[in-house]
This record gives sequence, C-alpha cells and structure tokens, in this order.
Amino acid sequence: MPETTLADLAHEIRSKNAGPFWVTMELFMRDTDGYRIAADPGFLNEGTIARLYDVDETTVSLYRIPSLNVVKISFPRPVSQGSLRDRDMHAGQHHVPLAVLPVQAG
Amino acid sequence: MSTKDRPAEKVGILVPAGMLGAGFSEATIERGLALGADVIAIDGGSTDSGPHYLGASVPKTTTAAVARDLRILLKAAARADIPLIVGSCGTSGTDSGVDWVAGIVAAIQSEERLRLNVARIYSEQDATTLKQHLEAGRIHALPPLGELQAETLESCTHIVGMMGHEPIVAALEAGAHVVLAGRATDTAVAAAYPLMKGMPPGPTWHASKIVECGGQCTTNPRAGGVFATIDADGFTIEPLDPTAACTPHSVAAHMLYETANPFQMREPAGTLDVRDATYTSLDERTVRVEGSRFHTADQHTVKLEGARITGYETMSFSAIRDPHILADIEAWAELLHTILRQRVEQTLGLREDAYAFDVRLYGYNAVLEELDPASGPPREVGVMLLVSAADQGTATAIAKIANPLMLHLPTADMDYLPSLAFATSPAETERGPAYEFVLNHVVDTDTPTDMFRLVLQEAAHHA
Repeated sequence: MPETTLADLAHEIRSKNAGPFWVTMELFMRDTDGYRIAADPGFLNEGTIARLYDVDETTVSLYRIPSLNVVKISFPRPVSQGSLRDRDMHAGQHHVPLAVLPVQAG
Repeated sequence: MSTKDRPAEKVGILVPAGMLGAGFSEATIERGLALGADVIAIDGGSTDSGPHYLGASVPKTTTAAVARDLRILLKAAARADIPLIVGSCGTSGTDSGVDWVAGIVAAIQSEERLRLNVARIYSEQDATTLKQHLEAGRIHALPPLGELQAETLESCTHIVGMMGHEPIVAALEAGAHVVLAGRATDTAVAAAYPLMKGMPPGPTWHASKIVECGGQCTTNPRAGGVFATIDADGFTIEPLDPTAACTPHSVAAHMLYETANPFQMREPAGTLDVRDATYTSLDERTVRVEGSRFHTADQHTVKLEGARITGYETMSFSAIRDPHILADIEAWAELLHTILRQRVEQTLGLREDAYAFDVRLYGYNAVLEELDPASGPPREVGVMLLVSAADQGTATAIAKIANPLMLHLPTADMDYLPSLAFATSPAETERGPAYEFVLNHVVDTDTPTDMFRLVLQEAAHHA
C-alpha cells in the first residue's frame, strides 16, 4: 500500500514568494486529525524543513494556527528571485517536497 | 448633498480584481456600485513576476488589457462620483509606469468625454539622495539582506520607494478623482480613502490586506472582485460575484497569502496585528471581522525596491526522447557542462569565471533540482540552456558554441551521433539584460509624503 503523505491529509498545500527574498508555504489540513499530525513538532519542525529544502534551520519560521488547521512555514529564498539559478520565479512549485512527505502510521 | 460631504459612519471599498488588466465583468462593477461603493481601488503591480519589470521599467500587462479595465472603472467612478485609486502603476511603479497608465487614462477621458481630475504620484528614488540618507544612518536592512553599500544604490537601473496611504490621501485632499500611484503597498491603495474618512486603522488595514488580491479571499478565487465595508468596530466582506462566498476560513486564510508572518504586517506607518481578530459568518456569503489592531510606529519608514543588471542572457532549448540517453540524463548533462566549458575556452578564450550557464532538464528535475523527491527515468526531457555573460554578443556566442552539443551530444557509450530535437530555428533566443533585486531596506522618513512627488491635473485643463 502506498504511504500516506501530508498531501493526502490536506485540502491544499501551496508555496509562494513573500517578496523577492522570502518563500512561504501553507499546509491547509482537512480536519483536526490531519492538523494534529502536521502540527506535531516531533514530526514537522524547523529541522525537517531545513533538511527538505537544504536551508539553515535557524532561518526557518514555523507557525501553527489551530483555528484554521494550518501550519505555515517561511524562510529566506535560497536563490534570489529571477537570478540565473532561479527555476521557479514565483516559488509556486516548492511545496512539493513538503507535500509528499510521508506521515508516520497510526 | 453627496454622502462624502458628511463625516462617514462606514466606507465601502470596491476591489474589482487583484490586478489592473486582469479583467473583470461589468456586472462586478454594477454590483459594487449598487452595494454603495465609496471608492474603487485596484492594484496595478507587484514584484512577484520578477526583477525584469522594475529593472527595465516595463509593464507586465499589455496596454489593451489595462485600457479595457480602466475604461469601465473610469466611467463607473465618474457616474457614481467616487474616487478611483490605482496603485503600483505599470507593474513596478516607476515614473514611466505612472506616465504609461496616465496616458491611457487621458485617452479614455477624451474618448468618453470624462472630466476627472487625475493625480500622478511618482515614487522613483534618486541614488544620490539615498546615499545621503545612507551616510546619515537613515537606511536599515530588512532580513535576509545585510547592510546597504553605496555602490549597490549606484548599480540600480531603477529604485522605487513603496508609499503608504499618506501620499494618496494628499492627492485626494487636493481634489483628485483618479489617483495613479507609483509603487505603493498593496494595502495602501484600499486603505487610503477609509483612513481619510476617519475609519479606524486596525480594521482598515486588515480589510485592505484581505481585498488586495480580489477574489483570492473567497471560495471561488476565479470569481473576481470583492466588496469590503469598514466601520468604527470592524469590517464586513463579501464577493461581488453572487455565486461566490466569503467564509470565515477563506477570509482568515487570505491573511497568510504572500506574507511571511501570518499575524503581523508592517506598513510604512506601523504594524497591522490580527492575532486577536475574530471572523464570523453574517450569512452564507458575508463575513464580519473584528478585533484587528494597528500599532503606529515610532518612526515612519518607506521600503525601497531596486534592481540592477546582472548580465545579458541567451537561451537555447532542445529536447530528448531517446530512452538510452534518458536512462542516465544526469551523466549526459554533466558531459554537456564539461565539453561546453572546454569549447568556450578553446574558441573564445574565456575562463569559467567570465560567464555562467544553467542547464535545466525540464521533465526530469528542472524545477526542484536536488530537492526533488521523485526519481526514475523520465519519458522525455526538455533541455534549456541559459547563458549569462557580460554582454549579449558573448552570451549568444556561448549558446552557439553549445548548439552542436545540444543537437548531437552522445552519451559516453554511444559510438554514433544522435540528433536531438531543437524546438525552434534559430535555436538561440537573446533575452537582453537580466536583472536582480538588490534592495530590501527601509528609509526613516521626515514626513510620510516627502519621498513622493504629486502632480495634479485638473479636468478643466483637458483639451
């Protein structure tokens, strides 16, 4: 059986520039059960994001918003917007490594 | 007597779309006017599409699309006798962007026999003046950028300051019916008129953030415009498309959009704080928001945006379908890198630090590269070569040196030359200068308006 991912438990997972120098992502979880998994600091924390996106853990901000079943993540853009090495001008496809993260069973 | 001569108890803001030129239906505007709009506000720009638009001072939108939207809005504003405010004219808000929109407005006024006073607010900044601010310690870095160097200011082709509501209010108070603002915060465009009419800053700035992308805060983001009504205690918001809805979730969630911090947002005059905001359904499509606060800053600041040329680019694009090459596409790309570097040195005498290129394997990992969680051979791959050099001629020369490789480069184990699939003839496209954003700094202002220049054209002077 295929692994359950965060995307399976979410209504929407998205990423976008927050100005030219930051990227921000939101996990809109379907319900409180999904939110509980995504908001569990033992599963998803600044270090997880640092590993997924190859960024410095101390630059990652993570917000847990239970009233919306949302986890939001922001960190400085590793590549400046529009530069030769920028392959995602709006940073609109950078949610994918987070979205396909397998959640622990149970 | 029109309502605008009396102190307002509430102010209705009609936001037709997230961006001027994006399009909206005329019914959207009619519905907004029927709801009692006091002002029409629309954003004309953003940094979101990259540094080219500021660096080159060209709009992202096309004239016909902007003119189509403006014609509807100008006629509506004239008919209802309410102001029309456009922010970040010409995408980046440079002076020529303001003049471009002003030219379109003038043509429509003439064709439609309108007599609206038009204010232009210029936001472009001069590097010499900014260097004086820098020397006086009045420019501060915002993370992740570090301390500003004077050379960075000098290197920019264009620098704009992001105005708050104050220059727009000044234009309205001077008698403008139409305000064409240079670079402005997305929110200032909607906040200016309600603040001028005495609405409280917490609800005004919060409502302005929620409406800035039009239908994004509704259950149907493609449905278009929204209508917000601000009063002494909060604001209500509803979509202008009768089939769409605002829900507490859709409205609260929009506060997260394109903003690094979901609870606080800095404006030139202070900080919006929505931590204690409450979102309540009034009916199935209208939401009431209360509890938003605004903390006025001790020091008013204006954020700078600047872009400079990094080099000149030439692009080439080929494609591979042969499963043998695709079986180890990374090895093929590595070989392309190695041979291209050798050939550039042999023919142009250029060392690696004199130019740069990026090979993007679309269909394999072009978007996410080493972050990509997927693996396995792709079905087909588009190979984009993007070359950057100090001048256009060199960039194109390098791309042309790559041409035979992007046509015929075999893998190490092939004893024949494959022919790959170029997408176009010629294969190379010159992209001109490429730019990068280099400023993320704020200036301590003396007054909220002194970095901006207001020019008011009275309707009586129209031909």
